Amino acid sequence: MSIQITCPNCGKRSLEEFIYGEVLNVPDSITDIDERDLDRAFMHDNHEGPVKEQWFHSHGCRRWIKLHRDTRNDHIL
Amino acid sequence: MNENIERTIQFKWHDPKPSYDVIIIGGGGHGLATAYYLATRHGITNVAVLEKKYIGSGNSGRNTTIIRANYGIPEAVRFYQRSVELYAGLENETNRSITHKHKGLLWIAHSEAGIRAERARADVNTAFGAETVFVKPDEIKKICPQLDISGDGVWPIRGASYHPAGSSARHDKVVWTYAEGAIMRGVHIHQNTTVNGLTIEGDRIVGVETNQGKIATGCVVSAVGGHVTTLAAMAKLRLPIRTHPLQAFVTNCYEQKLGPIVASTDLLTYVSQTAKGEILMGAEIDRQPSYSYKSGHRFIQSTSRRAMALLPFIRDLRIMRQWTGVCDMSPDYSPIMGKTGIEGFYITTGWGTWGFKAIPVGGEQMAELIATEKTPELIAPFSLNRFAKDRTMADRGSAGTH
Repeated sequence: MSIQITCPNCGKRSLEEFIYGEVLNVPDSITDIDERDLDRAFMHDNHEGPVKEQWFHSHGCRRWIKLHRDTRNDHIL
Repeated sequence: MNENIERTIQFKWHDPKPSYDVIIIGGGGHGLATAYYLATRHGITNVAVLEKKYIGSGNSGRNTTIIRANYGIPEAVRFYQRSVELYAGLENETNRSITHKHKGLLWIAHSEAGIRAERARADVNTAFGAETVFVKPDEIKKICPQLDISGDGVWPIRGASYHPAGSSARHDKVVWTYAEGAIMRGVHIHQNTTVNGLTIEGDRIVGVETNQGKIATGCVVSAVGGHVTTLAAMAKLRLPIRTHPLQAFVTNCYEQKLGPIVASTDLLTYVSQTAKGEILMGAEIDRQPSYSYKSGHRFIQSTSRRAMALLPFIRDLRIMRQWTGVCDMSPDYSPIMGKTGIEGFYITTGWGTWGFKAIPVGGEQMAELIATEKTPELIAPFSLNRFAKDRTMADRGSAGTH
């Protein structure tokens, strides 16, 4: 996988320098508090298309960066 | 699909009927095996299998074809052992070759922790019906003379669990065998048929919307690989699934025989020889969720470096092909099978990196569930509601590689 991510602090870097971090999203339609906990613990949007996510630049500036990525083709938007 | 195959195998294509008793979404191994076992074991033949591209075009055509039952928890050992038995009998049952070959599987330990894990694997396997023994380096050398016991000085081989039932089969032939068996008994397979929506009335499923029009049915099985979250969302169902790419590659022909399949949890890699003599290597999934089929050089570099530490002859080979599949990973590395809470909508997913080896048992058990409407004992632990009930099936034996 030769994706490159542009880090605002370090510039263009290889994806291998980063650690993926999911942004959890519990839909508002789930109102029951136990079901919200269940969703938060296990369920995923796993969306096919553009997603907002966060990556940790562990081999660089060691800061979290925000990223828009299309999961269908791994293009960074 | 290959025209030559269509000539030699007795496939018949039909136009979609306005309604079916059962609709299976996904024409891969699991979907076709479910159709086959519905027809052969339960006499249910008014069944349609819907496939977006051509049969076996998804993960059934992208896996590394390893069959084994040496898992880490009792429920999984029983389940995969049944699959090993069904695979062994499939050629006799269908009178078709799937190039099924017993090779044995060595799961190598490089450390004290690894030895404990492999001893535990052997014990759990033996207790629940799968044959696995712990072997020491001198025995390992006899089983697989090519292994470098010193592990290139970095990964010394200190022991291994040996699973004689470890085997492989030709993935396309498995798909075609089940498809032919199902078609011969009256099942319809519709290729190039995309599902755009599921029709739900109250809490019952009543039909599917496809690019070929609406089809009515009381029973829908999702045997989708890779895009199951998107399909489940059509029924407003959220799944504990993240989809990750998994890469693999083969070298040119190795002119000697590599006897067993060789795997290592510490090195996160596994090596086997295909029927053509190529050396097939795979490793862990890509870390970020994605539906991309891109494969890359970095994977080849890191995987072959690790494989060469175990099998030095690999450094003389050349890489021929590389490919990627997208795996539905469940949080506990176990499949998710059974009812969904929506009446008539069944799901078989979470096949992550271990779907091929479970094709026969997955099909057989899903067919039994559909025919009897009762969850068979073998798959009851793998139900979707196990997460709500705090009964996750964390399985070390499947984590990491294949």
